[in-house]
Amino acid sequence: MPEPEAPPPGASAGPALSRRKFILGVIAGGAVVSAASYRLLAPRAASRPALLGGERLLTLRVNGRLRRAEVAQQETLAWTLRYKLGLTGTKLACDRAECGSCTVLLDDVPHYACSVLTHTVRNRAVTTVEGLAAPDGKLHPLQQAVIAEQGFQCAFCMSGFLMAAAGFLKTNPNPTRTEMAHGVSGNLCRCQDYSKILDTLMHGAELMRKGAQA
Amino acid sequence: MAVVRDIMAPFDLLQPSTAAEAQRLLARYGADAWVLAGGMDSFDWLKDRIKKPAVVVDLSGVTELRGIRPWNGGLEIGAMTTLAEVANHPGVQKNFSLLADAVRHVASPQIRNQATLGGNVSQDVRCWYYRAGWPCYRAAGETCFADTPVGRNREHAIFGADRCVAVHPSDSAPALIALGAQFVLRTASGERVIEAEDYFVGPNREITRINLLQPGDLLASIRIPSDFAGARFYFEKVRDRNVWDFPLLNVASAMRVSGGVIQSVRLAVNAAAPTPLRLRRVEAAVAGKPPDASTGAMAGELAVQGAVPLQFNAFKIPLMRNLVKRAIGGVEKAVWA
Repeated sequence: MPEPEAPPPGASAGPALSRRKFILGVIAGGAVVSAASYRLLAPRAASRPALLGGERLLTLRVNGRLRRAEVAQQETLAWTLRYKLGLTGTKLACDRAECGSCTVLLDDVPHYACSVLTHTVRNRAVTTVEGLAAPDGKLHPLQQAVIAEQGFQCAFCMSGFLMAAAGFLKTNPNPTRTEMAHGVSGNLCRCQDYSKILDTLMHGAELMRKGAQA
Repeated sequence: MAVVRDIMAPFDLLQPSTAAEAQRLLARYGADAWVLAGGMDSFDWLKDRIKKPAVVVDLSGVTELRGIRPWNGGLEIGAMTTLAEVANHPGVQKNFSLLADAVRHVASPQIRNQATLGGNVSQDVRCWYYRAGWPCYRAAGETCFADTPVGRNREHAIFGADRCVAVHPSDSAPALIALGAQFVLRTASGERVIEAEDYFVGPNREITRINLLQPGDLLASIRIPSDFAGARFYFEKVRDRNVWDFPLLNVASAMRVSGGVIQSVRLAVNAAAPTPLRLRRVEAAVAGKPPDASTGAMAGELAVQGAVPLQFNAFKIPLMRNLVKRAIGGVEKAVWA
């Protein structure tokens, strides 16, 4: 590998702004996002005022709150959550229902948000990883278990795993390790950290059962 | 292949709340309209921009197409019922566990929570040349890219190929055929009820179609008669990964055994041919015989007669022979000496 070249004059020496803050900042500013990988949208945004064609104002129930957003008819829920509502905990990786990182709950059932049209969930309760913790900020038992077990390596897949597990545990609160593995089998971890992830999720399930008894 | 480029190309999303309204919309837009059920087949086409419909008719709000109800001692399953709902339904589990077993083998939990039974039987083939938009026979072109000496055809057909060598990818279809299910279609000329195995269209009949649905038609429900309620069932699916993958081959059988011999049996395999295959010759050959290892072995041999492998899929012949053998003769216990 050749040595990286020195940055051109005027370029900032380090990342002054994290990607997450950048995206959130753009959303707060009301503009259409133009992160590097979504550059295709940029010229459209520049040539049009605020909205893309075909957008309609929707009210969505997300994490117990009513949120309004201008949503294109062909827009996926993952896109709306991340780029319209600023809920970047829902990750977009494959965009093809093949990795699980965009998993959210629709009426308590896990779905791939990359493969749901936002306009089809108007009447459903959407829960993202941002909605797992209690309103007072107390972490969900699965989140507490992540801290206790240090279950994820890079943790890009973590929010998807947590939402898949949260949905699965509503149908089976006391699973065996094998059942839990089946429950989250629609999620991939490219760090191959599955054993520790299962430890974490089983610990979280145990904390949930203890919490229910208390 | 799966690269996030941008969102799908724009379309008009129409969201009817009744089947009649959906039919009216489909009739009005004809070939310009795309029917959206769970979307697990549709979104790949739309995101890759291989298909660019002007109008998408979303059936998710049509409640009458959803749910499982008793029907003539059997069950009627609305086409928009999700695979998870089918798998978890007590009536399906009690009498038609073959179907519950089959749909549990589809894709991943999240996909089963969204994919519908109607969509699973109506989805298009998964040949990557076709899905990537290559101008193959099935796409009304003039060649097959899979059936060449270097074509990637490990997943493709060993039976029934006619120019196109893609296989039908459904796991529920062979189970429905084995159960003698009927498909209820709503067409412009009224309701039409057909046998499960007749729903599928092979390339020898019409190469650019995969089932009987014409533009404007809806698959409304699937009826499962009581004939094989609580019968002896066998389902097995072989795939590369235990999650997500389509079958390399699957088999489904329903049989009534009495007096130690097979009284009646229905047997189907999928991912062997461009349509799910009902193995009528095997059914006839094993009737009246005991469901044991020797009948199974005979059934397996008979099932693969006439198979024509491609460059990279000859493994499907012994695979199909063994799956049929197990479906008829049962599974021998492994002995670890």
